[in-house]
Amino acid sequence: MTEQFKMDAPATERRLDDMAQGLVGAPLDRPEGALKVTGTATYANEWQIEGMVHGVMVRAPGNSGRVVLSNREAVAKMPGVLSVIQDDRLLRNPAQGTANKAPVQGAQHATYLGQLIAIVVAESFEQARHAAQALKVTLENGEMVPVDPATAAVEPQEDQTLDQGNLDGAMSEAKHSVDVVYTTPSHSSSPMEPHASIASWEGEDLTLRASYQMLKYNRNELADSLRIHPDRVRIISPYVGGGFGSKLGLAPEAVAAAIAAKELGRPVSVALHRQQVYEATMRRSETRQRLRLAADSDGRLSGFGHDARVSNLPGETFAEPVLQASHFLYAGANRKMSLELARLHRLCAGSVRAPGEAVGVTVVENAMDELAHEVGIDPVELRLRNIPEKDPESVKDYSSRRFREALQSGAEIFGWAKRPGVKERRDGEWLIGYGMASAARINALMESQARVTLLPDGTARVETDMTDIGTGTYAILGQIAGDMLGLPRDKVDVILGDTNLPPAAGSGGSWGASSSGTSVYIACEAIRRQLADRLDVNEHDLMLKDARATYANQTKALTDVLQGDEIAKLGHVLPGETSDAVRQATFGAYFAEVAVHAASGETRVRRMHGSFAAGRILNAKTARSQCLGGMTFGIGMALTEELTFDPRDGHVVNHNLAEYHIPVNADVPQLTVELLEERDDWASPLQAKGIGELGICGAAAAITNAIYNATGVRVRNYPATLDKVIVGL
Amino acid sequence: MQTNVIINGTQRRLELDPRTTLLDALRHHLGLSGSKKGCDHGQCGACTVMVNGRRINACLTLACMHDGDEVTTIEGIGQPGNLSALQEAFVSEDGFQCGYCTPGQICSATAMLEEIRNEWPSHVTDDLVGGAELTNEEISERMSGNLCRCSAYPNIVEAIRKAAGKGA
Ligand code: FES
Ligand code: FES
Repeated sequence: MTEQFKMDAPATERRLDDMAQGLVGAPLDRPEGALKVTGTATYANEWQIEGMVHGVMVRAPGNSGRVVLSNREAVAKMPGVLSVIQDDRLLRNPAQGTANKAPVQGAQHATYLGQLIAIVVAESFEQARHAAQALKVTLENGEMVPVDPATAAVEPQEDQTLDQGNLDGAMSEAKHSVDVVYTTPSHSSSPMEPHASIASWEGEDLTLRASYQMLKYNRNELADSLRIHPDRVRIISPYVGGGFGSKLGLAPEAVAAAIAAKELGRPVSVALHRQQVYEATMRRSETRQRLRLAADSDGRLSGFGHDARVSNLPGETFAEPVLQASHFLYAGANRKMSLELARLHRLCAGSVRAPGEAVGVTVVENAMDELAHEVGIDPVELRLRNIPEKDPESVKDYSSRRFREALQSGAEIFGWAKRPGVKERRDGEWLIGYGMASAARINALMESQARVTLLPDGTARVETDMTDIGTGTYAILGQIAGDMLGLPRDKVDVILGDTNLPPAAGSGGSWGASSSGTSVYIACEAIRRQLADRLDVNEHDLMLKDARATYANQTKALTDVLQGDEIAKLGHVLPGETSDAVRQATFGAYFAEVAVHAASGETRVRRMHGSFAAGRILNAKTARSQCLGGMTFGIGMALTEELTFDPRDGHVVNHNLAEYHIPVNADVPQLTVELLEERDDWASPLQAKGIGELGICGAAAAITNAIYNATGVRVRNYPATLDKVIVGL
Repeated sequence: MQTNVIINGTQRRLELDPRTTLLDALRHHLGLSGSKKGCDHGQCGACTVMVNGRRINACLTLACMHDGDEVTTIEGIGQPGNLSALQEAFVSEDGFQCGYCTPGQICSATAMLEEIRNEWPSHVTDDLVGGAELTNEEISERMSGNLCRCSAYPNIVEAIRKAAGKGA
């Protein structure tokens, strides 16, 4: 039986506050933890299937022209080789998140260097790898194509254009103003688990064991790519070794594995190697951002301008939504914004953790720091003075917004009051600086379904095709069901990551926990009603705890209420009017202390703190870990991360973990996180908002602002590597 | 090619293509997929195992080079229901999120604590002789060969401290 719920009005009842079991919010360990720490959790490329063979993909050596496999016959005869496949259904690039259909396909023409245009399958991985390396790929009749965003043709994104009031006028009349251009480079998600799929067919039915974030969409993308009915496709993805956006949409290895498995009549395993992950999955677009801020003598904003250029491949509609939070973060009556998309031939641009805000808020926060120095006031105070009462464009109210509290509390915890003046503090050879930045990220609720079954023995099962990509889904769904049904955490079994289960929102856009959590909540509410009916009481008068029902001064074991029956309900949540009625977002503030080496310009982050408000926290331990992860992405963005492209052909030069520098343990101090108590009735009946991406949305600016405070050097082209700092020392 | 290896205390006879790495031998041929492949090029540490007590990247060595060696993988360190102190601490301190780097982190930390006990210095140790305190700085430095994109680093450091305090 389906219980449908549409989020049309604020959920002011806050029922989770009244549940007796006390699980939601508690910092409980992940239930799958023992499997992960012992290596017994099974990731995509680890299923052992009878008769399985191995495929290795082959890349295009250039960015244009017709693909010719000149020694195909010879390679096909190499030891162990079963097939060399070049098929028009191969994906040119991955699907964008929530695409729900095939991306551009085709293996006959190269569009970017690194595009995967063939697959070689052999009995063993070693044979397949050798043969794939031996395959000679050339390109015929290639043309010169643009690879540089600075010179490529651009397409204005009209729907992103805003012109409110008179920004030019505000800028010329302003007592203080900032007009600056910043650039951020392309970033790679770089999950530790490379993309991998094992395809096996039984007749016309395909099973794909893979590593994806959003299975209900991935299933449709795979079916569409193969031109088969989605009912024929099952995707299994119980453990995902990180995604960060790169596994939102179907990637090339999945379709290649499915095609090869069908042709050979055997299960085929295809894992991208690390270089292919860098060259042929997704990148975050580089950005060029111009910020214009106009302020009065107190630093109150009268104008806010944000213009950005991003890029993508021909045929892709995704344009990094750089302006997303600029629309609502700060005041300023006169506003102008625009986004343009350069068309070029680098690998596909798509979602990387917090698309839009990760780079957009970061640059806004650098510009705000510049303004604070112009005006001569504390950067925290500048933010506080510019928190708008209502959304400065739509004039809607905000839902819950503990932005002010995050700024103030974070400053207190960090010891912001002791911040040095510019270039004032020194510790031996190191220049010490403090910096801060605000955090902001939009919030969304998405359609999601889950089935909850209360079993006769007084335990429960939660089933949904939702994924846990490290985000804590196994933990929080069990906590919600346990609270609603009055069961200890270990009496709830959570089963995820299989398209045979009810379709969920998927992990992405920070909406996974609140959306899938709400579907579980809705199903549990229906189960509670049925239990209440059996006991002839009002559901609201029923207290469930430790598998016992208490009502009207009586207590009864759940097993006695159930009397051998099971109760199964499908919860189905749909976004509704609350999505548009108010401005929903999450907020926070970062504070960082850096040490910059006076001679080399090397920056070390010594301390970093984040205070965040994201509605009800469902599990304080996993939520904190998400914030640690986001802040660390911010450290990488600030100091080291940069995909470098060859200006001649646009290929990724640093296509591996030795040269694309994600932070290592020694780069990250013992970060601290504060999660502010908050309930957002507009967001969901859980009063929870997303927190998976908030930790990165501005984090890098706290560090680069601290570099300025330490050295007086403004690095406006990320990352702040030593060469850029040292020139100003 | 035939190789005899002692894996987690059990003698195993391998008959493998000589190109097979130790990591692929474990994952593809011995059913021990606890050791992860993050890069296959010695850049991430996800494949860390111990060979004769010392941590190495299993992707950077061929299985056939280990005739007679003793290999300890994550499966040999502890199992669900029988966790090592480090494994327990990783769970309680949330020293992971997606879990993909985790077996490598734990193998690496297990060997690292032994290195400290044996007074091996690191880049951040003040004196080359006389050993090192188990400070956050030492742990971070010695664990920097194990990348974690989920960035559980602060929790990994806490987990190692906690387990070391219990004599892991
Ligand atoms: S897989 Fe061996 S170091 Fe990355
Ligand atoms: S836990 Fe995901 S990479 Fe470390």
